[in-house]
Amino acid sequence: MGFFGKLKEGLSKTRSGFVDRISNLVSGKREFDEDFFEELEEILVQGDVGVNTALELVDRLRDAVKEQKIKETERLYQVLEQSIVEMLGEDQPLNVGAKPSVIMVVGVNGAGKTTTIGKLAHQFKDQGKRVIIAAGDTFRAAAIDQLEVWANRVGTQIIKHQEGSDPAAVAFDAIQAARSRNADVVIIDTAGRLQNKTNLMKELQKVHRVINREDPAAPHEVLLVLDATTGQNAISQAKVFKEAVGVTGIALTKLDGTAKGGVVLGIANELKIPVKLIGVGEGVEDLRPFDAEEFARALFAREED
Amino acid sequence: MALFAGLAEKLQGTFQKLKGKGKLSEADVKKAMREVRLALLEADVNYKVVKDFVSKVQERAVGQEVLKSLTPAQQVIKIVNEELTNLMGGEQSKIKIASKPPTVIMLVGLQGAGKTTTAGKLANVLRKQGRRPLLVAGDIYRPAAIKQLQVLGEQLDLPVFSLGDKQSPVNIARAAVEHAKNHGNDMVIIDTAGRLHVDEELMQELSDIKENVEPDEILLVVDAMTGQDAVNVAQTFNEQLGLTGVILTKLDGDTRGGAALSVKAVTGCPIKYAGVGEKLDALEPFHPDRMAGRILGMGDVLSLIEKAQDSFDEEKAKQLEKKIRQQQFTLEDFLEQLQQMKSLGPMEEILSLLPGMGNVKQLKNLQVDEKELVRTEAIIQSMTPEERRRPEIINGSRKKRIAAGSGTRVQDVNKLLKQFNQAKKLMRQLAGDQSKLAKRMSKKRKKSGFGLPFFR
Repeated sequence: MGFFGKLKEGLSKTRSGFVDRISNLVSGKREFDEDFFEELEEILVQGDVGVNTALELVDRLRDAVKEQKIKETERLYQVLEQSIVEMLGEDQPLNVGAKPSVIMVVGVNGAGKTTTIGKLAHQFKDQGKRVIIAAGDTFRAAAIDQLEVWANRVGTQIIKHQEGSDPAAVAFDAIQAARSRNADVVIIDTAGRLQNKTNLMKELQKVHRVINREDPAAPHEVLLVLDATTGQNAISQAKVFKEAVGVTGIALTKLDGTAKGGVVLGIANELKIPVKLIGVGEGVEDLRPFDAEEFARALFAREED
Repeated sequence: MALFAGLAEKLQGTFQKLKGKGKLSEADVKKAMREVRLALLEADVNYKVVKDFVSKVQERAVGQEVLKSLTPAQQVIKIVNEELTNLMGGEQSKIKIASKPPTVIMLVGLQGAGKTTTAGKLANVLRKQGRRPLLVAGDIYRPAAIKQLQVLGEQLDLPVFSLGDKQSPVNIARAAVEHAKNHGNDMVIIDTAGRLHVDEELMQELSDIKENVEPDEILLVVDAMTGQDAVNVAQTFNEQLGLTGVILTKLDGDTRGGAALSVKAVTGCPIKYAGVGEKLDALEPFHPDRMAGRILGMGDVLSLIEKAQDSFDEEKAKQLEKKIRQQQFTLEDFLEQLQQMKSLGPMEEILSLLPGMGNVKQLKNLQVDEKELVRTEAIIQSMTPEERRRPEIINGSRKKRIAAGSGTRVQDVNKLLKQFNQAKKLMRQLAGDQSKLAKRMSKKRKKSGFGLPFFR
């Protein structure tokens, strides 16, 4: 199945929600009046897009309808998609050109960091890259074991310390190991933390600092793993993690439910952090590069597309 | 987020021109409700829930008399707050205990909601209540989920039941209940696998477990940060399994937690506990009334007003006012004020109830030190009545005695006296314009009960 198909399948629940409602909204209505725009706002808000961003999108659409005298549903979709794509910004692939490329993975508790790392490692491995993963979540019970299961499954090396040890030391060792073992990619797991825990954010900054001291170009990527079911708090997460460790991209996980992940629109719009990966299923191959256009199209495409 | 902090102020602004009017007009209420609606949506309360809520409040608010002691804005907040609290459920609810042990509790929820951690925390809470909980590792899918529960069990020194990941969760659950019966465990907490709620296989597995062990409680574990989808999650789990309650996790984050309201509105199930930290004792009984204020994000203004009005004695206030006017304010009065303040509850809590005070930074700037209040009280109580009335007679040797009596140092006594003198001076200045003072006192008292010169 192609990427688009997989994404569509993953988003099908989302899509049927969005699209059915927009279709229903449009059919039987000749004009796009205020009621229409209000209901559109409602649909967007229900997709966790957030009130402010939803209003902005609706305003854009309203202007476009007026200026271009849009009458057809088809055209309206196009404009809506276009606006969303614009908001999401240009697609940016993972920056893994350097050797070794260091990817630091951060996020709140339960976002899916460890699983994302497992899948990511698997994909790098398939590309013929040598991967080292670092078990930097030394806090949560059995987090190291969980990552180790993934390492064994994927067949990649893992650097680990004891539970409760210093995560910065694990990162340091991982980079050293990557150099001596000639690895291409180092993926560093970190413990989940809520962004308002100052001490824990400081700990994360230390990990970042240690990585950066070892290699001034590293970390090449700081991925914020975001659960697609998260609401507007995701904006706060993105903001604080960005300030603390310079998040370079978002991995949006658990898009395979009815969750819409609309909050990434707000994040891209307000904080200019691009989405780089999306998780559309439980399988290893279900972690995908993000494609704004297809994301928007899949969100709004109708059944026969 | 700034949107919320500003809600109370915004409402205040909306109603500024309303001052003096006796009733809430439809247009005014509508204006106010627009702000409320935005606040609720930004707090991730589900759109439909917000819609119902807003129309309900609107209906109730229009035409209402504005209470004499409140501004119109406060009146609307009061109604909004009451309705929110209603919706959240009146009082906190407890775990149902089976008449014939063991009590079986099943924890269900999406991936990453925090089921396993919550299982450990819940067992800890129950043990503190004198129970003998058994943890059951029913998540055989996620790598190391069993190990995680076992580690938690070790940390808590509580038994964990596992049959590895080769047995079906149904068998595990059944065997666990048998095990509990034989080993004197009166509480069985079953951790289950998290998946996506659209996953029919998982739902089937969960309802199989339910049929086999007939749990007394089926608790949905929900991440407090969940967005609009919370409604779907809660609905699906409730329809398939018949939930008896909810546990809200990660409430120690800075989320408004609107999901709580959505889940409550959709399932009607009480939220029984809230996870408020990473440590294993960070599970607290859920307080619906506090949550209402948090979701609204404007501080629980009204409960503060009520609190203040309850504990503030009007008569005494009048006397005090007279004393201040006659410049007879003594350390005795100071002590009385202090005790009144204390009866309101912890200082920080009171301050956090005030809109715009939710911010920790601001709280720090105010430097309200609970310990210092206690110290101050001790110092005054170590004085003779004569000294309290006439602090000027306190000389060096009296200071030494007072310090020794209150367990403080002479410097502390000096500091207090200096502060008292400053306060007195301030009052004298205020008293300079008597009518102004009287006005200020009555106005402030109405608002918050803080028309007292205690805050320096």
